[in-house]
Amino acid sequence: MTRLGLLILAILLVAACEQEMNEQPKYEVYETADLFPDGIVNQKPQPGTIALGDLERRAALDERPPLTPALLQRGRERFDIYCAPCHGAAGYGDGMIARRGFPDPPSYHTDRLRARPARYFVQVITQGVGDMYSYATRVEPADRWAIAAYIKALQLSQRVKADRLPPDVKPAAAPASPTDGEDGP
Amino acid sequence: MSRIFRKSADTWLRVIMLLAAVALVAGVGLLVAGAASNVTTRENIAPVQPVPFSHRHHVGGLGIDCRYCHAAVEVSASAGLPPTETCMTCHSQLWTDADLLAPVRQSWAERTPIHWARVHNLPDFAYFDHSIHVSSGVGCVECHGNVDEMPLTRQAENLRMRFCIDCHDDPAPRLRPREAVFDMDWTPPPDRRALGERLVERYGIDTDDLTHCYICHR
Ligand code: HEC
Ligand code: HEC
Ligand code: HEC
Ligand code: HEC
Ligand code: HEC
Ligand code: HEC
Repeated sequence: MTRLGLLILAILLVAACEQEMNEQPKYEVYETADLFPDGIVNQKPQPGTIALGDLERRAALDERPPLTPALLQRGRERFDIYCAPCHGAAGYGDGMIARRGFPDPPSYHTDRLRARPARYFVQVITQGVGDMYSYATRVEPADRWAIAAYIKALQLSQRVKADRLPPDVKPAAAPASPTDGEDGP
Repeated sequence: MSRIFRKSADTWLRVIMLLAAVALVAGVGLLVAGAASNVTTRENIAPVQPVPFSHRHHVGGLGIDCRYCHAAVEVSASAGLPPTETCMTCHSQLWTDADLLAPVRQSWAERTPIHWARVHNLPDFAYFDHSIHVSSGVGCVECHGNVDEMPLTRQAENLRMRFCIDCHDDPAPRLRPREAVFDMDWTPPPDRRALGERLVERYGIDTDDLTHCYICHR
């Protein structure tokens, strides 16, 4: 009888420990944090901190990766997400946002930009230029090289002579190519 | 000996018992309905936001990819809400005097984040991860509905446990190729299950233990 009494008491005690399971005493990414003066959970790292993978990222920025179909594929995907809204799918500077009144970006298909090496495009993505903000927080260093490679491919694609296209993509009546140059990336 | 109860007492007793029964049924009914109603699940509720941001305008109208703003969705558990800087990549030049955007400019000038009201919020005891769903070919539409048609963001599904389990039990007919995950208007082929089964194979999805409790309660 005392055993049963103790058991019931224990159960009642456990039941009294109410633990809020829906809102647990832990911070999730976008909750308000009373702990910090600015109330933000995602605190900025201390100056000088090197996050996991930062060294690799920095190294990736310096070294140009080998040109592969996979790199171009990745570059195309990232270009379409982050650059095409302004620069247009083919790089003529006629993207949707430019058409809605954003200052016109220059076309990639000019002698000045054709002469720029891939590294220059990586630098523009990293630092921004003029009215264009930096995309460093959203485009990883490896992806910046991929985009640069894709832009070089885009530039080339607009100047290839029709008779050099593989048969399966050759247009029936090929328009004359604008210039004769076939300078590679 | 005088009577203790008046003659009407019997009637009163019956009425009270009837009322108690009705109250009990109604109470239970209200609890059940309350748990399923969208006041509790937040389904279809669009909270008031500091800036009336419209996915219909930006995604449906301008065709901006989800990842332009929710850049972390492919690689982390949280999709991430865009920092003010992301808005400013366009609104530093566009609609620069619009009153609607005053809080964005203020946030940028004062370096204080915009406090977006949460639309979705799972209870803390349930674990969710975006990246694995993206890499397994589960489209944003499956859980968030047609975001590209929402003038204000609302929660399209109830997000009860049942909703998650229904898919985890048999994901194949709801999968799509990875390239189509962000596509709001992807049309599935006639035999979606056959496609899904090939994708399960290709993406190496382990369907055996997806309904185990530890997957979501850890
Ligand atoms: C919000 C619109 C916008 C987006 C998105 C954008 N740009 Fe730009 N970009 C511009 C504008 C505007 C300029 C012209 C800047 C100026 O000269 O003031 C420009 C200029 C450039 C230039 C030419 C620099 C020069 O020497 O003239 C390059 C290269 C470039 N952008 C690459 C990119 C890449 C790569 C991306 C994607 C990661 C990108 N841009 C995304 C608007 C944009
Ligand atoms: C131009 C930037 C932008 C783009 C592009 C964008 N979003 Fe958003 N999204 C936001 C902002 C800002 C919020 C927070 C305000 C709100 O909830 O409306 C948000 C909120 C959300 C939420 C609700 C978050 C919560 O509080 O639970 C979902 C879900 C969402 N977005 C999905 C998507 C999907 C899916 C796409 C692609 C089809 C997309 N977004 C494209 C900016 C964007
Ligand atoms: C890629 C460019 C781009 C980005 C990024 C962007 N916007 Fe916009 N936004 C536009 C354009 C262009 C318009 C004008 C729409 C039109 O012309 O149809 C607009 C219009 C708006 C409007 C007013 C029009 C309306 O009814 O929706 C608001 C409010 C707005 N944006 C908020 C935001 C917020 C908040 C963010 C950051 C999360 C953001 N925008 C990010 C391009 C952008
Ligand atoms: C399997 C269901 C599912 C899919 C698919 C999904 N989401 Fe979510 N999403 C959720 C849930 C659940 C939450 C709430 C998470 C929480 O409260 O912790 C959420 C929250 C969000 C948020 C708010 C910020 C955050 O991470 O909490 C954004 C933004 C978002 N999703 C965007 C997207 C985008 C973009 C896609 C497409 C790639 C997508 N989601 C695909 C279920 C899903
Ligand atoms: C439309 C289908 C679908 C819906 C809805 C869905 N999931 Fe998933 N979920 C998947 C698939 C497919 C996987 C990938 C499993 C794999 O690759 O092994 C997955 C994986 C997961 C994982 C990771 C499992 C692991 O092994 O680490 C978690 C956690 C998860 N889901 C939680 C949820 C939650 C919580 C919900 C409800 C809000 C939900 N899911 C809704 C299809 C879905
Ligand atoms: C695919 C993910 C997933 C799996 C697997 C899962 N749960 Fe859940 N569970 C959830 C989510 C999400 C919620 C929150 C639902 C809500 O907010 O209403 C939840 C809520 C609950 C609740 C709270 C009551 C409720 O319905 O709100 C209990 C109890 C629970 N789960 C038990 C279990 C048990 C036991 C198992 C194993 C048999 C399990 N869960 C497996 C996702 C999952």
